[in-house]
Amino acid sequence: MLRAHRTHHFGFIREFVTRWDALALVVVLALVVFLAEASRGLLAPLSQLDATPLSLNPAHLPEYAARTTLRMFTALALSLVFTLSYATWAAKSPRAARVLIPLLDILQSVPILGFISITVVFFMSLVPGRVLGAEFAAIFAIFTSQAWNMAFSFYQSLRTVPTELAEAAACFHLTPWMRFWQLEVPFGLPALTWNMMMSMSGGWFFVVAAESISVGHTSVALPGVGSYIALAIAQRNLHAVGWAITTMAVVILVYDQLLFRPLISWVDRFRVEQEPGTEPPASWALTMMRRSHLIGGLTTMFYAAVRWTSWALPSRPAPQPRSAAARERSSRGWDALWLIVALLLAALALRRLALMLIEQTSLAELREVGTLGLLTLARVVVLIALASLVWVPIGVWIGLRPRVAQVVQPIAQFLAAFPANLLFPLAVYLIVAGHLSPNLWLSPLMILGTQWYILFNVIAGASAMPAELRRAALNLRVSGWLWWRRVALPGVMPYFVTGAITASGGSWNASIVAELANWGSTQVRAHGLGAYIASATVAGDYHHIVLGIATMCLFVVSINRWFWRPLYYYAERRYRLS
Amino acid sequence: MPPSTDMNAAPLLRVKGIAKSFPKPDGQELLVLEGVNLQLAAGQIVGLLGRSGSGKSTLLRLIAGLTEPSHGELNYLGSPVDGPAAGISMVFQSFALFPWLTVYENVALGLEAQRLPRAEIRTRTLAAIDLIGLDGFESAYPRELSGGMRQRVGFARALVVHPNILLMDEPFSALDVLTAETLRTDFLDLWSEGRMPIKGVILVTHNIEEAVLMCDRVLVFGSNPGRVLSEIEVTLPQPRDRLDPSFRELVEKIYVEMTARTVGAQAGARTEFFPGQGIGSVLPHVSSNELSGLLEAVAAAPYNGSADLPKIATGLQMEIDELFPVAETLQMLRFAELEGGDLKLTEAGLAFCNAAQDERKRIFARQLLTYVPLAAHIRRVLDERTSHVARKSRFIDELEDFMTEETAEQTLRAIVGWGRYAEVFAYEDESARFTLENPA
Repeated sequence: MLRAHRTHHFGFIREFVTRWDALALVVVLALVVFLAEASRGLLAPLSQLDATPLSLNPAHLPEYAARTTLRMFTALALSLVFTLSYATWAAKSPRAARVLIPLLDILQSVPILGFISITVVFFMSLVPGRVLGAEFAAIFAIFTSQAWNMAFSFYQSLRTVPTELAEAAACFHLTPWMRFWQLEVPFGLPALTWNMMMSMSGGWFFVVAAESISVGHTSVALPGVGSYIALAIAQRNLHAVGWAITTMAVVILVYDQLLFRPLISWVDRFRVEQEPGTEPPASWALTMMRRSHLIGGLTTMFYAAVRWTSWALPSRPAPQPRSAAARERSSRGWDALWLIVALLLAALALRRLALMLIEQTSLAELREVGTLGLLTLARVVVLIALASLVWVPIGVWIGLRPRVAQVVQPIAQFLAAFPANLLFPLAVYLIVAGHLSPNLWLSPLMILGTQWYILFNVIAGASAMPAELRRAALNLRVSGWLWWRRVALPGVMPYFVTGAITASGGSWNASIVAELANWGSTQVRAHGLGAYIASATVAGDYHHIVLGIATMCLFVVSINRWFWRPLYYYAERRYRLS
Repeated sequence: MPPSTDMNAAPLLRVKGIAKSFPKPDGQELLVLEGVNLQLAAGQIVGLLGRSGSGKSTLLRLIAGLTEPSHGELNYLGSPVDGPAAGISMVFQSFALFPWLTVYENVALGLEAQRLPRAEIRTRTLAAIDLIGLDGFESAYPRELSGGMRQRVGFARALVVHPNILLMDEPFSALDVLTAETLRTDFLDLWSEGRMPIKGVILVTHNIEEAVLMCDRVLVFGSNPGRVLSEIEVTLPQPRDRLDPSFRELVEKIYVEMTARTVGAQAGARTEFFPGQGIGSVLPHVSSNELSGLLEAVAAAPYNGSADLPKIATGLQMEIDELFPVAETLQMLRFAELEGGDLKLTEAGLAFCNAAQDERKRIFARQLLTYVPLAAHIRRVLDERTSHVARKSRFIDELEDFMTEETAEQTLRAIVGWGRYAEVFAYEDESARFTLENPA
C-alpha cells in the first residue's frame, strides 16, 4: 500500500501500462508481421511458383513455416465455422440430425488423403491459373483432417446442456442468438478446445501431403514446410530434413505455448461441474494476457458484439407453442417429406456407386482390395497390442507419481502433436541402407505418432485413480501381478480404451503415408490398403482411389461399430470410478 | 409492509383443471399431473408440497411456461400463459448459474435480454446485489462461492427483472441445514418488509416444516398421477416458531395427510401405497440396510415399537422423500403398520429386530415371498425351470405391461436387492440373469 502512495503521480501510467502490456504488444506486433509475410503472393499467378522454386536453404524456413502455420490456422478457423453451424443445425433439428450425424460419422472414418486427391482439381479450377486455387485445395485438405471431431464434440455438448441452465435461459427471455453465445457456445468450449488441439495434431500430419500436391499430371508445390520436406526427400538431403524437423518442433512449441496452453487454462472456467479446490492448469501466456489488458479488452469486445448483434437482430420471442396435436400433424408431414428426399438422394448415390462398381470393377479386384485391407488391419492390431504392452505399464508407473507425471504429460502431448511422418525419411533411409524388409519395418511408422494417445490417456487414468483405493490395496498387501490384475488395469481401463480408439483411427489414416515411402527415387513399399490408395493417388487413377477409400472406410466404420464402441461402453459401465 | 393481501382483487395467477401427460414408447400416455386447480393472490406465498414424482415441479414448469399443459387453463394477470411470461421468474434447486459469468453478469443477464440501456442495467443489477446481501462479490465467479452465496445470486437474478410472481423450485434443498435456515429467514424478512419487487410466491418443497414455516397456503400433492390431495391454510402469524404447539400440530396434520391410505385402494394387497397391483406394483428403490435401520430405530428407545413420523424424521434427520418410501416398504412387508402419522412395528418386525443375522434373513425371505407378488413370481419361475436360470428381460417384458421401461428397471433393481439379501434368488449383472445359485 505504501508503494502505491509513493508512485501516486505516475499511478495512471502504472495502471494503464503494465509490464505485461509491453510483452503483449511485442507479441501482437510480431503476429501482424507474420500475417503480412505469410499472405504475400497469394494472388500471384501459378507460374510464379515455377519462377521462384522452393529452396532447401534453411534461411527460407521461417517464411515457409509462417505460411504453413497460416494455412493451418485458416483451416482451423474454417473448421470452427463449420462446427458452429453444422453441429448446431444437427442439434436443433432432430430431422436434420438423422442425416447429418451418420454422415459425420462416415466422414470421420474416410482417410483424409482421399479428400486431397479428389478435390484438388475442383479447387484449382475455381481460381484458374492462380496460386490461390492451390492454396484453397491445401487448406481444404487440412480442414478435412480437423473438422469432423470438432463438430462431433460440439454436437455432443449441445445435446447435453444442463436442463436447469436451459430453463434459466428461457425463463429470463434470452433470444436464440443470445442463448447460443451466452449458454451453448460457452458450455461446449472446454470439449471443443481439446478437440481443436487434437485436430491441429491431425492437421500437421497431413500438411506434407497437402502442400506438395501431385495427382496424376497436376503437380503443385506451395511454399511451406511440407513441400520443403517433400523436396528434401526427393533430393535425399538429410540435413534439410533435420532442419525441417527442428523448425516444426519450434513452431509446435510456440503455438502450444502461445495458443493452446492459455486456451486450455482459460476455458477451465467454462466447465459446469464446479468442484472447489481444483486448480486450473497454469499458463504463463494466459497470465500475460490477463495482466495486460488484452484479454479483458477482447472479451469486452466479444460480449459487446454479441449484445449488439442480438439487439440488431429482430427480437424473435420464443416460438408460440401451438396445440400439441397440430404441431405433431405438421411435423409428421415434414418428416415424411424429409424421409422421401433423403431416400431419393441415397438411391441416386447408390446407383452411381453401383454403376461404377459394376462397370469398372472385377471380382478379382474386390478380392485384392479386401485382402490388402486385412493386411493393414493385421498391422494395426499388432501395433496397437505392442504399443499397449509397452505404454500401459509405463503410463501407470508415471501416473501414480504426480511429480513425474507433471513433467512427462506435456511431453507426451507434445509428441502426439508432432507430425511423426517428418521422421519417415530417416526410417526409409535406414531401411534402404540396411536392406530391411519393408513389409515388416515400415509398419512401426503407422503408430509412431499415434502411440502417444495411449500413453497420455493411461497417465491421466492412473493419476485419476482415487488415493484411497491405492491405500486400501497397500493395506491389504496386494502386490505383484495381483495388483496389476485387480487394481491398476481395471482402474485405467476406460482411459486406455479411449486412447486406443484414437490411436487405432490415427494408424489407419497413417497407413496411407506409412506403407509407401520415398527416399529420392528409391521407393519402399509394404503390401497393404494404404499403399494401394497412395499409389493410385500418384497415378491419378480415380477409380482405384475411390475403391481403396471406400474399402478403408468400410473397415474403419465396422471396426468402430463392432469392436471399439461395445468395448468402450463395457469399460465405461464396468470400470468407471465415480 | 408486506404486499397487501386483498382477496377481492383479481388473482395474479389462476390454474384451472391442469393436466400433463407424456407419450410412452408404446404410444400410450403417461399421466403425471391431473386436475390441478390453484389461485395465487397478491401478497401470498403458496406452497406445493409432495414427494418426488408427485408432479409439483412439473406444475411449476407449466406455470413458468417452460412446457405446455395437455389440458386445462393457465391464466396470468388475465391472459393465458404460452411460453415464458415476462413478470414470472424462477429460482432453481441447483442454482442454475452460468459458471462462465461473474455474479454481476449473472444477475444482469435477464436485464440484457430485455435490451435495457446500460446505465439502467447497472443501477438495477447493483441494487439487486445489494438487496440480497451480495455486495463485494460482484466480480466473483460462481465456483468461488459457497452454496448459500450461489443461491443468493439465484435470488438476485430472479428479483432483478422485477417479477410479479417468484417461482421457487426447492431453493433450499441443496444447502446444508444451517445455510438453508439463514436463507429462509433472510427471505422472509425481506418479504415481510415488502422490500422485494414481487407480489406473490409459489414455493415447491418436499420439506413439511419449510412449507408450514413459509407459506400462507399449502397444497399437498399425491402421486400416480400427481394431483392435489388437500389444501391447508396456514394462518399462524409471521415470524413463526417451529416449537410453537400449533406449528407442531399443523406439521403432524400434514404428515397424517401424506401417509393416509389412498381412498378406494383395496386393503390386504399391501402394495396399496405403490401404484399398480400384484406383480405389476411399482416398487421403490429402498435397500435392506435402510429397512433394518428404520426397524431397529423404531424398536429401540425412546420409541419402543411405535414412532411418531415427524419425530423420527427429525431424530434420524431424514427428509420425507427418504423416510416415506422406507416406512411404506416396511408396511408392504408387514414389518410395520402405518396409521395416523405413526409407524408401529408388527410381531414380524419385532421378531426381525431381536433375531441374529441368519434368522433375520429367514424372516425377511418369508415376508418377501408372502407379501411381494413379484418376488414370489420370480422364485416360482426359477423353481419350475430345470436349469434354475431366467433372463432379466423376461421379467422386464412382463412388468412393461403395467409400467414404463424406466419404472420397470427400478422395480427390478429393488427386487434384486431384497432377493439377494434374503438369499431367495441370485442375480448376475454381467449376463443379466436370475439364478438359484449361491455364489461360493
